[in-house]
Amino acid sequence: MREQLALLPEYLSAHVRLTLLALAAGVLLAVPAGVLVSRVRALEAPVLGLAGVIQTIPALALLAVMVPLLSALGLPGIGVLPAFLGLVLYSLLPILRNTVTGLHAVAPAVIEAARGVGMTSRQRLFQVELPLALPVVVAGIRTATVWTVGMATLSTPVGATSLGNYIFSGLQTRNSAAVLTGCAAAAGLALTLDGLVRTAATGIERRQRRPVAAAALGLLALGAWAWAAAPRGEGHAGRTVRVGGKTFTEQYILAEILARSVRATGREATVVAGLGSTVAFDALVRDEIDVYVDYTGTLWSTVMGRRDPAGPRARVLEEVRLWLLERHAVVLAAALGFENAYCFAVRREMAYSLSLRSLIDLARHAGTLRLASDYEFFSREEWRAVESTYGLAFRERRTMDPSLLYQAIAARQVEVITAYSSDGRIASLDLVTLEDEKNAIPPYDAVVLVGPRIAREDPALVTALRRLKGTIDETRMRALNRLVDEEGRSAGAAAEEFLGSSPAAFMRR
Amino acid sequence: MIEVAGLSRRYGGAVAVADVSFRVGAGEMLALVGDSGSGKTTTLKMINRLLEPDAGKVVIDGRDAASLDPHALRRSIGYVFQGIGLFPHRTVAENVAVPLRLAGWSRDRTCVRVAELLALVELDPALAARFPAELSGGQQQRTGVARALAASPRVMLLDEPFGALDPLTRDRLQRTFGELRRRLGLTAVFVTHDVAEAVVLADRIGVMRSGRLLQLGTPAELARSPADDDVARLLDTPRRQARLVAERLEARS
Repeated sequence: MREQLALLPEYLSAHVRLTLLALAAGVLLAVPAGVLVSRVRALEAPVLGLAGVIQTIPALALLAVMVPLLSALGLPGIGVLPAFLGLVLYSLLPILRNTVTGLHAVAPAVIEAARGVGMTSRQRLFQVELPLALPVVVAGIRTATVWTVGMATLSTPVGATSLGNYIFSGLQTRNSAAVLTGCAAAAGLALTLDGLVRTAATGIERRQRRPVAAAALGLLALGAWAWAAAPRGEGHAGRTVRVGGKTFTEQYILAEILARSVRATGREATVVAGLGSTVAFDALVRDEIDVYVDYTGTLWSTVMGRRDPAGPRARVLEEVRLWLLERHAVVLAAALGFENAYCFAVRREMAYSLSLRSLIDLARHAGTLRLASDYEFFSREEWRAVESTYGLAFRERRTMDPSLLYQAIAARQVEVITAYSSDGRIASLDLVTLEDEKNAIPPYDAVVLVGPRIAREDPALVTALRRLKGTIDETRMRALNRLVDEEGRSAGAAAEEFLGSSPAAFMRR
Repeated sequence: MIEVAGLSRRYGGAVAVADVSFRVGAGEMLALVGDSGSGKTTTLKMINRLLEPDAGKVVIDGRDAASLDPHALRRSIGYVFQGIGLFPHRTVAENVAVPLRLAGWSRDRTCVRVAELLALVELDPALAARFPAELSGGQQQRTGVARALAASPRVMLLDEPFGALDPLTRDRLQRTFGELRRRLGLTAVFVTHDVAEAVVLADRIGVMRSGRLLQLGTPAELARSPADDDVARLLDTPRRQARLVAERLEARS
């Protein structure tokens, strides 16, 4: 818990910065737009309709779609920008709609009175219409505030630090303390900001200076703290190596190992963890992160888009290495020595009772069995390959968060799951993995990838990273994963366990 | 002085006001009476350009209203609105001060003037800090009159100013306003459907029907030689009612 709380200033301040910026932009855009729409009736339907459509996009998808969109525009596709834009878009609707509603609700008699006493259109707006619409507008801002705080937790997968870092890493590494810390902090922040906005608004309505000043001071103090707590080092951002990681336990550990290995060479390193699977690769190509670990099978099917059977491990590794280098100037520095392949796992007693050893056996019983997999698998090429190669047709297919797969099979809610071959829980839950005799699933060697900028400017670092080759075998990786998943250690602690007391010595070996 | 010539206005296909002309001399009060939909309010609103006429013109103190900036024009004319027309988010004092603020008065001068106006319309100064919703109907309408008078306009327009008040309050307010108008020498046009009110307050009465000005004259002239049976009945109504009231009251005693 103490370990979690130590991260709070960093996560919370980043969350506050993101939320305040997005809300400020949302208000500055939506209120004038609402005024415009309420005056030019022809705009009302299209503008509110568009904002409504944006709102129907699931929050996570809206943020995720920002990544390729920004990249296509030549802007930084990961980090604060996509999160900021997504949040702004999301905050527009409640503010816009309430501004329009509030302005429409001003009694026609009052508007006529304003005209009758000789107010100009602008005077009428600022002296009569907006003040009267204020309570409704503020209600919209409060809705947007709570939404934005909540949704900002989803900016972790696009590479922006937020309280979501607690939640995503906590869910993946089964650290409920982290999840709870993240949720509690987000809820607390939402209540605080909502309270400040409400206080300011009531103060304005009742014309009391004190609450308005108090709320303004509160917001100012919160903002000042958040920006003061922002990590410095813009100056040597060029020298800091950004280590990426995806959203599962092993990736959190490997990112920590890579970061410590980089630091052992005397360079600075920061970890950008919890990136979406293809977000990570795109970010590497664009030099938004510098180093991360990916898997040959993933690169083969998802990135290279190969549809043909992959073939043996060494050949795939070589093909992937050449393709990355030629196509993207990305250097495959080292194969770590283990595979993290998709594999089909069943409980041991069921494997016995149904005599299941391979996927061929599984195909005979699939019609009576339920299969659960992660978000990606069913849309990946290897599922199509497995399905057609073995003629697999399950009674039911379910998609769930990877961290929940093991709970689902342990609780007998499903009979078969797609496990990751390096996962410590295969052993601890006494699961049996079924053999892929026809090689339908490509090999998944874990490989350290280095982005084009480092490859070009810092060959010494590439050389240093090559020393990681073959340092982690399957047993080792499972043990490290178990440390985090089963024993509740942090990813950093697992990395230290692996590198020993002196990462520098490890890197010099 | 107000001069209205050939004023016309349509809403969609329907004629609201057709070819209305009249003159209101300096210090005179003209009442426009007629049923709802007769065009009296539309006529009134075209005088300060809350509505623009389709045809005809309005001349105020020798100047064509169409040639003036509409905001400046409205600021120079006091307007008392049908119903309430006060700004609900402003206090009594602030409502009264609106025209002064628009005219760019200093805070100190405004303060003095507001106190003066509240006294003029016989409003308790203690009400100055109240919001409209905290006032009685009569107090609200006094506030409305005070606001219309704030910038010392020479012309006043009143749209059924006393319509929503209870009879006692209405009677008091009518008298207050009548005295004020004479004292300040205001030129005024006011719209009402209450013939008795028109007879009591106005120097001359214009009877409107279906957008046209049917007849214009002093109450006595209209009563003496009505243009048609309708006008005769209209002018006779208050008298008939008064007789009926008197009879019933006496029968009871």
